[in-house]
Amino acid sequence: MVGWEVGRMDTTRSSPVGTDGAEPDLQQHFDATIARDQRIEPRDWMPEGYRKTLIRQIAQHAHSEIIGMQPEGEWITRAPSLFVDGAAICNQVPLCRSSYGPYARAMVRICKEESFHQRQGYELLMTMMRGTQKQREMVQDAVNRWWWPSLMMFGPPDDASPNSAQSMAWKIKRHSNDELRRRFVDMTVPQAEKLGVTLPDPELRWNEELGHHDFGTPDWDELMRVIKGDGPCNDQRMERRRTAHEEGSWVREAATAHAAKQAARERKGAVA
Amino acid sequence: MTADKQDWPLYEVFVRGKRGLNHVHVGSLHAADDRMALTHARDLYTRRNEGVSIWVVRSEHIAASTRDEKDPFFEPSADKVYRHPTFYDIPDDVPHI
Repeated sequence: MVGWEVGRMDTTRSSPVGTDGAEPDLQQHFDATIARDQRIEPRDWMPEGYRKTLIRQIAQHAHSEIIGMQPEGEWITRAPSLFVDGAAICNQVPLCRSSYGPYARAMVRICKEESFHQRQGYELLMTMMRGTQKQREMVQDAVNRWWWPSLMMFGPPDDASPNSAQSMAWKIKRHSNDELRRRFVDMTVPQAEKLGVTLPDPELRWNEELGHHDFGTPDWDELMRVIKGDGPCNDQRMERRRTAHEEGSWVREAATAHAAKQAARERKGAVA
Repeated sequence: MTADKQDWPLYEVFVRGKRGLNHVHVGSLHAADDRMALTHARDLYTRRNEGVSIWVVRSEHIAASTRDEKDPFFEPSADKVYRHPTFYDIPDDVPHI
C-alpha cells in the first residue's frame, strides 16, 4: 500500500458549514453533475458534507498508506499479502470511478501499485507452500490469523455503516462494504484453493443460486475495538508514526532552509 | 523553525507522455522548492515510464477560469455554429473533402 497520492482539494470554494441546500442553483448543478456520472473537480462548488466525507476518506486512506510504509514495511518478507493487498484491491479498484476527480485519478496509480504487491505476495506464498512441512504450516497459520481481520477491512456491515448510503448516493463509494466483502471472498476462495490452504470459516460454501459464496460473520465487536484504538498494535503504531515523523524533521527543516537560502540568493541576484 | 509540510508551496505537475504529445496535468504535490518538486514529481508520477518530460509550476501562479464549465465565460464558444463546418452542401462524389 506504499505511496499515497491525493489530488489537490481547494478548501476555499465550498459552502460554509451548515448551509447544505441553502444555495439551490449550486446544489442543483452539483446533483446534476453526479447524476450524469461526471466528476466533481477541485474548484467546483460542493456541499459541505461531500467535502467533509471526502476529506475523512482520503485522510483515512492516506494514513493507511503511511502506516503501510512504516510498521508494516518490515512485514514484506513475511506478509499475509494474499489477503491484505487483495482486500485493498477490491476496495480501491471501484474508487477509480469515484465522483471526485482527483481522488479517482490518484486511485488509478495506487491500484497499479497494489496489483504488483498482490502478485509478489502470491508468488511468495506459492514458494512457501512448495517448501517444508513447517513452512506450509506457517502459511496456514497466517491464513488462520488473517482471514477474519481481512474481511473486517471492508468496514462495518451495511446496516451499521452510518456514512455508506450517503457516500454511495454521492458516488464517492461505488459499492457497499458488504458487496465488496462478498466480492473479496469470491475472489480469494479459488486463490486459496490453488495455494492449498484452508480458509478458517466452517460456514464458507458456494451458493449456486446466488452465484456467490456464503460465509460467516466476522466479530464486529472486535472490529469496533480496533477502530476505537484498542487493537493489538495500536500503541506500537502510534509510536512508530510519531518517531518516524520526528526523525524526519531535520530533512524537512533542511529542505525549507535550503529553499529559503536559494530564494534569497535569487532576489539578491535580481537586484544586483 | 517550523518546517511542516504545510508550509511548503503546492505545485501542479504536467507530464509529456512521449515525444509528439502535449504536457498533460497529472496532479499536484507539496515541495520546498522547484528542484524538489521536479524530483518528487518524477518519483510520484513517472515511476512506470509515464513520461519523458515534466513541468512543475507553483499552483498560485496559475490563472484559471472560474469554478466550472457551466460558466458564461464559455458561452462565446457555444454560440458560433459557423466554427463547425457541418452545413455546407457538398456532393457525395467529390473526393478528399
